[in-house]
Amino acid sequence: MAFEGLADRLQETMKKLTGKGKVSEQDVKEMTREVRLALLEADVNFKVVKDFVKRVKERAIGQEVMESLTPGQQVIKVVKEELTDLMGGEQSKIAVSDRSPTVIMMVGLQGAGKTTTTGKLANLLRKKHNRKPLLVAADIYRPAAINQLETIGRQLDIPVFAMGTDANPVDIANQAIAKAKEDHHDYVIIDTAGRLHVDENLMDELQQIKTNVKPDEVFLVVDAMTGQDAVNVAESFDEQLDISGVVLTKLDGDTRGGAALSIKAVTNKPIKFAGMGEKLDELEQFHPERMASRILGMGDVLSLIEKAQENVDEKKMKDLESKMRSASFTFDDFLDQMAQVKNMGPLEDLLGMIPGANKMKGLKNVQLDEKQLVHVEAIIQSMTKKERQDPNLMNASRKKRIAKGSGRPVSEVNRLLKQFDEMKKMMKQMTNSQSGKKGKKGKGLNFPFM
Amino acid sequence: MSFFKKLKDKFTTTEKEHEVSDKYKAGLSKTRDSFSSKINNLVARYRSVDEDFFEDLEEILIQADVGVMTVMDLVEELKTEVKRQNIKDSADLKEVISEKLVEIYAGDDDTSENVNIQDDDLSVILFVGVNGVGKTTTIGKMAYQLKQQGKKVVLVAGDTFRAGAIEQLEVWGERVGVDVIKQAAGSDPAAVIYDGVKAAKSRGADVLLCDTAGRLQNKVNLMNELSKVKRVIEREIPGAPHEVLLVLDATTGQNALSQAKTFSASTNVTGIVLTKLDGTAKGGIVLAIRKELKIPVKYVGLGEQMNDLEKFDANAFVYGLFADMIEQE
Repeated sequence: MAFEGLADRLQETMKKLTGKGKVSEQDVKEMTREVRLALLEADVNFKVVKDFVKRVKERAIGQEVMESLTPGQQVIKVVKEELTDLMGGEQSKIAVSDRSPTVIMMVGLQGAGKTTTTGKLANLLRKKHNRKPLLVAADIYRPAAINQLETIGRQLDIPVFAMGTDANPVDIANQAIAKAKEDHHDYVIIDTAGRLHVDENLMDELQQIKTNVKPDEVFLVVDAMTGQDAVNVAESFDEQLDISGVVLTKLDGDTRGGAALSIKAVTNKPIKFAGMGEKLDELEQFHPERMASRILGMGDVLSLIEKAQENVDEKKMKDLESKMRSASFTFDDFLDQMAQVKNMGPLEDLLGMIPGANKMKGLKNVQLDEKQLVHVEAIIQSMTKKERQDPNLMNASRKKRIAKGSGRPVSEVNRLLKQFDEMKKMMKQMTNSQSGKKGKKGKGLNFPFM
Repeated sequence: MSFFKKLKDKFTTTEKEHEVSDKYKAGLSKTRDSFSSKINNLVARYRSVDEDFFEDLEEILIQADVGVMTVMDLVEELKTEVKRQNIKDSADLKEVISEKLVEIYAGDDDTSENVNIQDDDLSVILFVGVNGVGKTTTIGKMAYQLKQQGKKVVLVAGDTFRAGAIEQLEVWGERVGVDVIKQAAGSDPAAVIYDGVKAAKSRGADVLLCDTAGRLQNKVNLMNELSKVKRVIEREIPGAPHEVLLVLDATTGQNALSQAKTFSASTNVTGIVLTKLDGTAKGGIVLAIRKELKIPVKYVGLGEQMNDLEKFDANAFVYGLFADMIEQE
């Protein structure tokens, strides 16, 4: 995909800026050009990008570069902070009205996913908040829209209020609320027809519904794949209906979802939920942090750095380095190393945080199995101290004993021994090539697993 | 002849020849008259060709969702030209911009925008796309058009997944007055499509329009399912499906390129239907798709009514792209 190219370029630029001290204007200029591209490629509206880049420039120039970061990384850190700021804090609360029922209105363009989201939201309200929602089929225009909501209602076993396609949506909404009161529903979710924000008649209709039912929440449902037009859509809906929040749908796709940023920037309304799949329980709280990383299109470099700093014992790292150099790396060291990696959190998360890791050969489709780590641990722990120090001792009967002790097949023991051997060789090569560069040590952090 | 004149000329001749639809006209009327003067203005605003000038040009194109990479490439090419010809005055750059823009918008003129419908035999058209782009609606509209042309049309409800999808197609079938082949919700789509092909054959239909469930292109299993559907059609009728139309929402941004790539890989897409063009979105990403993947746009959706489906008119489309953004200047 094109955006990987951009993320890579961002990385390249970042690598170039390896000086220390303060972030210079030149650093910022080079970085912001790439950031701008990354954001545009993610479909963030160009005006929003312009403002954003300006703010980043102002903030980043002259900043002290943190110990462990390069100026490039420092700029990215500012970018990410600004992005997260802009996206707002955690906000996935749903209003509760003083007088029951609480009324939620779902609005948006055609095909954004309003009806599905309506079902998901009802499901969430019932499951997580122990509420008793009523769904209202107010989309009288699209063929079988009512039918769709009714089917969803049946699947969830949540009642749906419908009056067919001949009724007026305003009447439907009014009567639905009366019905909800009668049946003691504490939430009413009105599914309205999809419409263009420039369709005056239909936007009028929404305003009428709103005036009549006085909803506690008006949720704008937006397709995460929306491009530059997201600002126009969000602005119009917000102007005419004063929306209270946004639900971003189809985020389980591979879009970068820059629309989220555009919408937040022009409406300043919180994005409350994210649609993560076609199943009716796949509605999640929206995480601004994650979204910021996703939009930027690079793995979460900074979280990785932060995690590495928190969890890796510097002294042990130095020991390890010298051991790697002298190739006296043993199974004990290996165990140590594994424990440190594990401290940093789930392996898959870690991999996801390394930019470019998803396209590294071989890594692409690797399903990292935490269990395998446990197995490796068991095998090593079944070795004697001597064996751990000197793998050359291994013979068939020792291997058999280790296999028995760890409960793993001999073939797995063999595999580990072979891998360990290869690893040692690789380390030797790596350290050799490093010292070959006129004694210049590798820049940045040494990750125990890389 | 300058680009603006070329484009304008091309547009006006098109108008005479094909009678560009009222909807296109309505969308463009505000700007058509002053089109060339405005693009002149754009260039005139910048006396010299500098970074700011290119940045503005980039933004203008990006705003229409023309792929970022496409825009960057274009600007790079322009920059090279500027250096090569030592252009300093923006007015002199006009001609160069013209040429490059024409290149993007004209694309390869040989790519057919006509839909491949057999005169004497059953034609099968498969509709694919992500969720909520308007596949079913497009099928309804196309069925109406084909019926108007005197074709016997059969629809097959291959979206067995989404709630209400079969019913939605049935409503369209009733409206237009064509048969809809279906099975119960949740059945195997390939089996339903197989039924559809059999029924279309035995009923002597001219065209079979196959609906499929919307799916995000990164769901591997669902994409495999789609390949299977296509294979079933291929097996039943040699040379079919005669068209695989990717339905694309005009409001979609850069992701449309990924959609086009992935759907092409699994179903060999032959054309695009660009829907929801009656809003404010420009659908400029189809330029990138055309440039990179050579897939032509064949139809555009301009509303929710039966007759709101138009043949794609490249000139009118590009005119719309540029006219609007120039108005903003």
